[in-house]
Amino acid sequence: MKKILAVDDSASMRQMVGFTLKKAGFDVTEARDGSEALSIAKQQGFDAVISDVNMPVMDGITLIRELRNLPNYKFTPLLMLTTESGLDKKTEGKAAGATGWIVKPFNPEQLLAVLKKVIR
Amino acid sequence: MSEHIGLNQQLSLGKQQDENQYLTFLMAGEEYGLDILAVQEIRGWEDVTAIPNAPDFVKGAINLRGTIVPIIDLRLRFGIASISYGPLTVVIVVSVQIREQQKVMGLVVDAVSDVYSISEEKAKDVPDFQDSDNGQYVNGLVNVGDKMVVLLSLAKVLDLSAKQVAQG
Amino acid sequence: MSIDLSQFFEVFFEESFEGLDAMESELLNLEPGKEDNETINTIFRAAHSIKGGSGTFGFTSVSDFTHVLETLLDQVRDGQRTLTTEHVNLLLKSVDCLRTLLRALQAEQQPDLTEANELREKFEEILGIAETPTTVAVAESTADVTKSTYQIDFKPKPHLFKTGNEPLYMIGELGELGEIETQAFHDALPDIEQLHPDECFLSWRFFLTTDKDQKAIEEIFEWVEDDAEIIIGICGGIFDGAPKAAEQQNNEEQEVIEQTEKQSDSSPVPAVVSNVAVPSKESSKKAESQKNTETSTSIRVGIDKVDSLINMVGELVITQAMLSQIGEQEITESTITALQEGLAQLAHNTRDLQENVMRIRMLPISFVFSRFPRLVRDISQKLNKQVELKLLGEQTELDKTVMEKISDPMVHLVRNSLDHGLETPEKRIAAGKDPVGTVTLNAFHQGGNIVIEIMDDGQGLNTEKIRSKAIANGLIQEHDELSADEINELIFLPGFSTADEVSDISGRGVGMDVVRRNIQALNGSVEVASAKGVGSTFTIRLPLTLAILDGQLVQVAQHTYIIPLISIVESLQIDITKVSRVGKDLDVLRLRDEYIPIVRLYEIFNHKGAIEELDKTLLVVVESDNHKVGILVDDLLAQQQVVIKSLEANYQKVDGISGATILGDGRVSLIVDISGLIKLSGLKRPGTQELLVEQQGNEVA
Repeated sequence: MKKILAVDDSASMRQMVGFTLKKAGFDVTEARDGSEALSIAKQQGFDAVISDVNMPVMDGITLIRELRNLPNYKFTPLLMLTTESGLDKKTEGKAAGATGWIVKPFNPEQLLAVLKKVIR
Repeated sequence: MSEHIGLNQQLSLGKQQDENQYLTFLMAGEEYGLDILAVQEIRGWEDVTAIPNAPDFVKGAINLRGTIVPIIDLRLRFGIASISYGPLTVVIVVSVQIREQQKVMGLVVDAVSDVYSISEEKAKDVPDFQDSDNGQYVNGLVNVGDKMVVLLSLAKVLDLSAKQVAQG
Repeated sequence: MSIDLSQFFEVFFEESFEGLDAMESELLNLEPGKEDNETINTIFRAAHSIKGGSGTFGFTSVSDFTHVLETLLDQVRDGQRTLTTEHVNLLLKSVDCLRTLLRALQAEQQPDLTEANELREKFEEILGIAETPTTVAVAESTADVTKSTYQIDFKPKPHLFKTGNEPLYMIGELGELGEIETQAFHDALPDIEQLHPDECFLSWRFFLTTDKDQKAIEEIFEWVEDDAEIIIGICGGIFDGAPKAAEQQNNEEQEVIEQTEKQSDSSPVPAVVSNVAVPSKESSKKAESQKNTETSTSIRVGIDKVDSLINMVGELVITQAMLSQIGEQEITESTITALQEGLAQLAHNTRDLQENVMRIRMLPISFVFSRFPRLVRDISQKLNKQVELKLLGEQTELDKTVMEKISDPMVHLVRNSLDHGLETPEKRIAAGKDPVGTVTLNAFHQGGNIVIEIMDDGQGLNTEKIRSKAIANGLIQEHDELSADEINELIFLPGFSTADEVSDISGRGVGMDVVRRNIQALNGSVEVASAKGVGSTFTIRLPLTLAILDGQLVQVAQHTYIIPLISIVESLQIDITKVSRVGKDLDVLRLRDEYIPIVRLYEIFNHKGAIEELDKTLLVVVESDNHKVGILVDDLLAQQQVVIKSLEANYQKVDGISGATILGDGRVSLIVDISGLIKLSGLKRPGTQELLVEQQGNEVA
């Protein structure tokens, strides 16, 4: 089973993403912010990471930069959840090593469709 | 519980338009009818916990599956001499809306009698005895066969606050 | 796969309300012009989360509105704009407005957008936007049933893998759009020595025949537009056998990419990849059609509390297993001992479990306190008073239900302190006080109660004014002599608050009598202490929970009543020599240096068959509202925790009874309301808190 790390400070988004992915047959681990995610990611490997951008303690961009520098995450798809107002965030995210982005608002079907581009 | 579900099902099958079902019970030789939709269950008499300073017709309270339900002696409520409770004595548990609040209460009656379908038109036929003491509780008088049934307005019979204020 | 988004709504609402609370309190902490980044960030994040969530879950009215807030906050965050007091006020209003919107949505009602639209216009004015930027709506092009063939050239740059993207998956995606023909080019492969295994040297050309538009293709390559050369072009006309034609054109060419680039220069189709958001229309429909109208409330419970519950249930299961094992054995003396031990264990487990289940309902009072900074800010601005609010004991825990019900009375008392208690800065300076007044909210546990104090350092209650008003309203007589405390008590009487003092701030037609009544309905009490020129303190005492009570079972004739253990001072046998009769029929027991009036429960509750001789009965001395009385009962039975049930729900209020419970044998037992009992006994002088006996007792003495 493919493992995905879902990172969001909003419980409802986290639940929605987690539930959707689990239902689609992924093994999902949830984290509430970048720093929690980073320490989880260092302990175990993931096949993909989906992270919100705006989060307390450590934001999503920093998380992606940190992850991409880890040898285990050199090729791992790292996706960010961003809003349409965050166009410059996409560039920033790409520069930090993000694989791609999912634009909020999205629904479960869109999430899974997008994910198929990087993990199967 | 099983009784009234059975009754309701049975009745809804045979129900015709503009007819309501009434559960009737006996008290001091008279037959009274209640809107069957208000009836929750029929139980035997059991010991109650007295409520301090309650009017005499409030016998007390029982535990109905975790809910506290007051028990009203309908004879005393109507000012009819009470009789000692026996094996036939039943408590009809009803759920009634009184002053915008849904209340569950138990009514002690002599015995349960029958179930009738009575047309709305017929049930509305109220003789004018509003000034008599118990007249206010009556919704209508109907003849079923050769018997006369007094249809009760539960909302009024069980509106204890009104009666008490009146009594002083 | 279809997922019902409505299952996440409750969590969304809850976190949104929390977010709004956070926004509010951070906004209140802000001093415009001196804002620090972290505060702005917190506010921004809250708005951002609400926007993201509401968009995802289909609450577009909320996400549209939050968008302007977010934009403004983003500009402040980036230093493009400085925050003014006007902004803060507008943001605070928006917090209120969002709460209203979300509450309506939570109740599945159509939210009233008038205020939101007004506020949004104001924000747009500030931001200088004319049109309302809503979620970027994609004009969902009505599916063109006609098929076209696209030629797509895809030449990833070597670093592509390092972005986490996988060309094979993209090709797979592409294949799902329609019929595809693929050509791969490996000409860029370097010599084996120079080949880095983590770099990409392959490139592809696809011919895709699909009924989807170009955008669908662009979306697939959206993420790699900077990491690859991508050229998408339509070939030939509709319905032509394009792939073959194209194939011939590009027959065995080596410099595929360059060539096609040239081709595409003249091509009318721009290969621009755009970013697209699709609003989830479907989910908003689901929200509307959701039937469940009853709003279920939920509590967040710490995982440690849940863990300890699980442990306890585990113990309970073990005990149960032990007991059933004993049950299967032959009954001997030793099994009886084991049974008793098992039952003791069961009692212990049950009690632990009960306590811990109750703990789940306990929340810190900060949930209530947190609404006051805003309230105090708004009111003090309106009154032109300077006020500092101090919050103490915010972590004191309280049952959720009690908490919900205590909030309104507290608001009333705080409004009262601000309006009537605290003076204007001028008056305070004249009185030699700090121009800034202080209102303190303090909470702490005392016994099984929570005590909440509302203190102000204002002018104190004006006893003269209260007295003359009470006389005017006929509550007391001109010649009544009352102590200052007694006069202060008058403000809690019904009929004290009159229409002429109704002000916008504390009036609202609600008097202190209502405050007291509401608090008493929670089995609590409220009293006031005041000193002229120094301030006033309102003290609220409440039971920690409404659901359970420690009770002393007592017997009167054949009836069993429950007296709340918390009210009981002591229980004793009456020394008949210390009893004096006062007046016509009141017995008073001298207990040490106090006179305790004896209340015969059977008399007040009108029960026959109880023991009437004082020396054969027991006296339960209870305290309520600072007065002690002795309740005469036949016997004391067990002490136990009882679950409080309402008698009123199906019956009516009974004087002297606060509720009912169900005993172990299934019978109903009534719980005695001590202060109601004292009232019923006729011991209290009307209009005061003083017991008749205190005067008469003094006469005896």
